[in-house]
Amino acid sequence: MPESYAYYPGCSGLGTSREYELSTRKVCQALDLELREIPDWSCCGSSPAHTVDHVFSSALAARNLALVEEMGLETVITPCPSCLTNLKVAAWRMQEESFLQEVNQYLEQPCKNQVQVKSVLQALVEDVSLSRIKEQVQNPLKGLKIAPYYGCIMNRPPGIMDFDDPENPTAMDQILKALGAQVVDFPLKVECCGASYGIPRQEVVLHLSGKLLDLARVQGADALAVPCPLCQMNLDMRQNQINSFLQQDFQLPVFYYTQLMGMAFGLEHKELGLDKLCVDPLPALNRAKQRQAEEQEERARKQKQRQANQSSAPARSASE
Amino acid sequence: MRIGVFVCHCGSNIADNVEVARAAQTSLLYPDVTFATDMMYTCSEAGQSGIEQAVQEHSLDGVVVAACTPKMHEPTFRRAVERAGLNRYMFEMVNIREHASWISKDKEKNTRKAQELIHMAVEKLRQNSALTPKYFEINKRVLIIGAGIAGIQAALDCAEGGLEVLLLEKESTIGGKMAKLDKTFPTVDCSSCILSPKMVDVSLHPNITLYAYSELEQLSGYVGNYQATIRRKATYVDWDKCTGCGRCMEKCPSKKARDHFNEDLTRTTAINIPFPQAIPKRAKIDANHCLKLLKDKCGICEEVCPTQAIDYNMQDELVTAEVGAVITSTGFDLFDHSKYGEYGGGRYQDVITSMQYERLLNASGPTGGAIQRPSDGKEPKKVVFVQCVGSRDKSVDRPYCSGFCCMYTAKQAILTKDHLPESESFVFYMDIRAPGKQYDEFTRRAIEEYGTRYVRGRVAQIYPYGEGLMVRGVDTLMGCQVEVEADLVVLAVGAECSKEAPALAEKLRISTDQHGFFTESHPKLRPVETNTAGIFLAGACQGPKDIPSSVGQGSAAAAKILALFSKDMLESDPQVAQVNLPRCIGCGKCIRICPFGAIQEVQDRAGQPKAEVIETVCQGCGLCEVTCPQSAIQLNHCTDNQILAEVNALCPPKTEESFE
Repeated sequence: MPESYAYYPGCSGLGTSREYELSTRKVCQALDLELREIPDWSCCGSSPAHTVDHVFSSALAARNLALVEEMGLETVITPCPSCLTNLKVAAWRMQEESFLQEVNQYLEQPCKNQVQVKSVLQALVEDVSLSRIKEQVQNPLKGLKIAPYYGCIMNRPPGIMDFDDPENPTAMDQILKALGAQVVDFPLKVECCGASYGIPRQEVVLHLSGKLLDLARVQGADALAVPCPLCQMNLDMRQNQINSFLQQDFQLPVFYYTQLMGMAFGLEHKELGLDKLCVDPLPALNRAKQRQAEEQEERARKQKQRQANQSSAPARSASE
Repeated sequence: MRIGVFVCHCGSNIADNVEVARAAQTSLLYPDVTFATDMMYTCSEAGQSGIEQAVQEHSLDGVVVAACTPKMHEPTFRRAVERAGLNRYMFEMVNIREHASWISKDKEKNTRKAQELIHMAVEKLRQNSALTPKYFEINKRVLIIGAGIAGIQAALDCAEGGLEVLLLEKESTIGGKMAKLDKTFPTVDCSSCILSPKMVDVSLHPNITLYAYSELEQLSGYVGNYQATIRRKATYVDWDKCTGCGRCMEKCPSKKARDHFNEDLTRTTAINIPFPQAIPKRAKIDANHCLKLLKDKCGICEEVCPTQAIDYNMQDELVTAEVGAVITSTGFDLFDHSKYGEYGGGRYQDVITSMQYERLLNASGPTGGAIQRPSDGKEPKKVVFVQCVGSRDKSVDRPYCSGFCCMYTAKQAILTKDHLPESESFVFYMDIRAPGKQYDEFTRRAIEEYGTRYVRGRVAQIYPYGEGLMVRGVDTLMGCQVEVEADLVVLAVGAECSKEAPALAEKLRISTDQHGFFTESHPKLRPVETNTAGIFLAGACQGPKDIPSSVGQGSAAAAKILALFSKDMLESDPQVAQVNLPRCIGCGKCIRICPFGAIQEVQDRAGQPKAEVIETVCQGCGLCEVTCPQSAIQLNHCTDNQILAEVNALCPPKTEESFE
């Protein structure tokens, strides 16, 4: 099992999803995974390039893969689904020799296409294992009801991504359960959030993301967990816009799943960038804590009552 | 020898892509051919009498017809040749339609191929000899496998015709799928009211022996003389003593057995009678849930049974029976709706199959006929029906239309409104297929009189939303997305072949299509026959069918058998293996290879072991012929010499080549 991975942070990690980047690194550190950032990494090709020119877009990805080969590592992992898609699609296209040659014409250092690309999520579930994650849990997220939302490209297209169920993925569900959280049934796990339509046609995002928030609330979730910077931005940053567009009053924090892992591992909120979330997570966390306490109290009361009943009917228990 | 060659145009089927006149002309060059002509339709009355005339005028003693597949018209032409006074085996048929004209548009190449095929047939015919069929006695008992409505109808018709019938049913009661239905389309009459009398007739008819909870283990023999081995599965109840009083069911403490009859909507007791009108009305024990059988505890049913019918030591029993013909009417299974993950069938309690809904509607069902959704027992206000779940969808390997779902969905929508006048029903459909008598009128009634809202489009996803279900789909007529908040979703599951069908096909030596349905002998003209003589098909085992069609086929199969058994002796096919005794060395290889047990060892007068063919058992497969090291065993009408003659016609030996 490789404990040392090449790491591709992706451009969002330096900007809009700083908290994803921070928490991913912290969590991996806690799990003893060495993340070796690719020196001088560049764009993954997830710019408009892939809509214009497959070779050029793949060359952007291949430059990074070639750098990983130079590092002498077998696997590169990235937290961002967009980067993941581009790196994986490029590697898939380059399986064809002629395409690989075309790509290599752009590159100073040719890519051999021998690197395996994984999401951090896949590495956590498949390489690290849930039992090791469970071992790290110090503050189980008891009582916190989470709607797991994967976004549309984490597992699709299935032939290329080759991880988890494309229609009903469960990798993140399993991690969240290992953290002690309560995962609510969230059938729109892989629906579109509106993605980059936030800029040209904002109402599309407000409509689609609004639907996701609505279902999360209907299912009784305290918060959502996501693995994708763009989904997180649409659901979290635009939540106020959604509220005014749909005449709603959503107050649902949208965590990166790595932030929840960090919280369960007992890491400081600041280290995990919880302060960077637009919807303040504290009310929801407190609400869950309070509910948990009330339920515990209720259980204890019932337990006491049972004991009282049993002691008042000793004859029956003796006959059993 | 004087041979005549007749080349058929088959209208334009052959003539468009083969130069038939030229093919006829060139056949005059082949040895012994003294007459050749081409004909518009050789199989027509004019064509057949043309053959007869030519035989007489030209004193022919052999005939070649180059036309379509011998599967269809070989018997036709053999009869024609026989009428002309020749032996019917002095005839060869060449298939230049499926084998030449239909496979290529290259007329030149097709013609050359047709010529070569005719040449081969002529060379083979030159080696033919007259064959005479033998006659053998037959057993006029009929075995019917599967007692759903098709099997029941076939059994009653055969029995009324005076034949003895053995009726096999794998479940502990007859009735099949129809017994589970509430009402039937397009008349909305009660299903069990029209079925029950027939079930009772089966149980009372003196000519019908019913083997319920039994399966066919093995079938050997041939038409008129089959031997069937039947496995009577252990019911742990002596059915001669059981009166069907049901006291055991009242007292049985194991209440978690699967209730197949109610489509698993509820659970039943380990010892049970599936439903009150069951025939035979006898109890059986589900060994997977009986505490006595599993843990040797309990034994309550034995205590309460007033007739001491319980027998925990009962074992499966094998029964053999001699029969002359077999009808298989094993029906269909329903598509497994959980294969569509996006519909949530099997995951969400209120997404149910159409058959489960049928049980909810049924007055003898688990809710007594009240429509209550499984999750909380509430009456649904909005019901969504999704059609084509497992029909017309290549992605789940079910590209065919199941044929009856449009109709039963319309029926269920009508019944929903009858039961719950305040309710609203939606039907998502691809096309409405209602081609039967009164069928289209019926679907129109569902729409126009009962206000069912038909939405043309597929459903993309069904997911729980609050207390109900969100159904997302598309309305392709409006060109927009649709979302319906439903209380109950009914998936109109399609038909697929019964799970046991492939194994049964092997036992019966009949074929199945790519989806596992049994293949009929001819899709239009021999719909209830199979290619194995004496085995017939009825009902949905041959392809999805509604009740009227199943009943029609049941009667048709019975009529076929009554016609077959109207004779006391059957003709055996003389195209069987024959042993050349002087050449046979008695090695016994043929005996071991024969899959039908048609060869036995005998001793000649000198006491030497020899092979002997039982002609009525031999199926003419030819395995012995290729196995015999002495070429002592030869298949009549397909001898080594005949095959070599064909090969030589196709690849003439190069005489100029010298091997010295």
